[in-house]
Amino acid sequence: MGQGTNQAAPHPPNARAVEVGSGIHLDRLSKSFGSVRAVDDVSVTIRPGETVAILGPNGAGKSTTIDMMLGLTRPDTGSVTLFGQEPARAIAVGAIGAMLQSGGLINDLSVRELIDLLASLYPHPLPVDEVLQITGITDIAARRTQKLSGGQSQRVRFAAALVSNPALIVLDEPTVAMDVEARRGFWATMRRFTDSGKTVVFATHYLEEADAFADRIVLMSHGRVVADGPTTEIKARVGGRSIRFTLPEAEVEALQALPGVSAVDVKGETVRLTCTDSDAAIRGLIAGFAAARDVEISGAGLEAAFLELTSDDHDETDHTAGAPA
Amino acid sequence: MSSLTFTRYELVRTIRNRRFFFFSLVFPLLMFLTIGGSNANTEIVPGVKFIDYYMIGMAGWGAMLAVMSSGARIAAERSIGWVRALRLTPLSVRGYFRAKIAAGYLMAGLSIAILYVAGLVLGVRLPLSNWAQMTGLILVGLIPMAVLGILIGHLVTPDSLGPVMGGTSALLAFLGGAWFLPSGWLSTVGQCLPSYWLCQAGRLTVAGHSWPAQGWLVIAAWTVGLVAITAQVYRRGEGKS
Repeated sequence: MGQGTNQAAPHPPNARAVEVGSGIHLDRLSKSFGSVRAVDDVSVTIRPGETVAILGPNGAGKSTTIDMMLGLTRPDTGSVTLFGQEPARAIAVGAIGAMLQSGGLINDLSVRELIDLLASLYPHPLPVDEVLQITGITDIAARRTQKLSGGQSQRVRFAAALVSNPALIVLDEPTVAMDVEARRGFWATMRRFTDSGKTVVFATHYLEEADAFADRIVLMSHGRVVADGPTTEIKARVGGRSIRFTLPEAEVEALQALPGVSAVDVKGETVRLTCTDSDAAIRGLIAGFAAARDVEISGAGLEAAFLELTSDDHDETDHTAGAPA
Repeated sequence: MSSLTFTRYELVRTIRNRRFFFFSLVFPLLMFLTIGGSNANTEIVPGVKFIDYYMIGMAGWGAMLAVMSSGARIAAERSIGWVRALRLTPLSVRGYFRAKIAAGYLMAGLSIAILYVAGLVLGVRLPLSNWAQMTGLILVGLIPMAVLGILIGHLVTPDSLGPVMGGTSALLAFLGGAWFLPSGWLSTVGQCLPSYWLCQAGRLTVAGHSWPAQGWLVIAAWTVGLVAITAQVYRRGEGKS
């Protein structure tokens, strides 16, 4: 316990007893709680070394998906394999490190003792001092765990996940109690850690966070995967601006052909263009549609656009649910 | 990768918990010093002095509290998400329970030792073989109690843990004769409980006996029964985490 070399990168992850090359497979997972379908037919495959964000608003099924991935919740249907093993087996050989949203800090121990205790359970842990240092908790190492602030607890949880030196690290809303600066610090630390080729899966409801850190985004809404692809692609889809204007007798097809426009929505005389490139679209609009007036470009930002996308989905879902079978 | 470090920290946490310290170590000692010291030389049953009987009763009771509360603390550890966090580590469920039982037994050993020292100070004099035999029987009698503690830890919430533990342990100690030897129907009921054989281990030893077959049978039956129920309760809760 606690022995080893001094840097995060050269430590081999706990990958010896698992087939790291086989990655992570979530195969048609579904889970209901009573009449609520929390997760509905979710399939995701993650390659080793990928950093994947599971993005979605509260209640999208992110935490339930993560719980099933870790074997904490049994799926109603579907299966999970982590590096070719069942979750329990991959956990037993120390290949998985996880940071849950809350809890997990036992009292009557100091921060340092807690991290040392957890390190002792893994076959190839990182040195405790190094983990305390990179997570910035050396100064509170002697403090009892029941006397920590929310932000400090979060950092201790992070240290607890890192010290296991896993091949896969799973983080459920890791920065939820942090201010902007702490969040930035957290991800800077995380990036240093993942440079050594570890696989990272994290849940978040911040698009900026997913954008800044993930290679790939799995977008969830109402228990389903609504989009899955490289971060740039999802961002264009979710984070694009929209242009609204008034135009009598609008021709949908002509508007659709404008550069940078991904979708056209016409209600009476009001038109909304969803854009991947709003600059190109506005130039094209002014050049080609002289009658367009009351032009507005919504600069509400990524969060609002994201919420809009998932709430559209909500209307659809309600509609479907209300229809006779 | 060892559960030895885990067990060591389990013990550290137990020692740092003041309430635990008071109830399983200090409380039985205070009872013994105040009550055991009076009428020290009266014979409770022929050949067994009151002070001998009371020291052994309090040692058994303190040990019982120690092993039970070690397992019962699982209730709090479940509620704050510690059990869930441990499920994400390579520590096995068996390893976790083993550490609970080991810590409970070490604290029970401490409780017994404290009562023995207090007994010696107040004038308990027994042959070495008696000390050894009754300690052995107490340690065996604690097995079902340790399992009962783990069961309670899975059934109750931290809010109700105090009353449930207090009530259960007081009832078991009362019927088991930790404070005085039960008679009549109380004795009949008591003899079906593991706590009876735990608390009477000393009296029987001093009188020159070990447990009769009934004693071994009661301890074995309770152990098997409680392990089966605890395993059932544990499995039922597993899917929900």
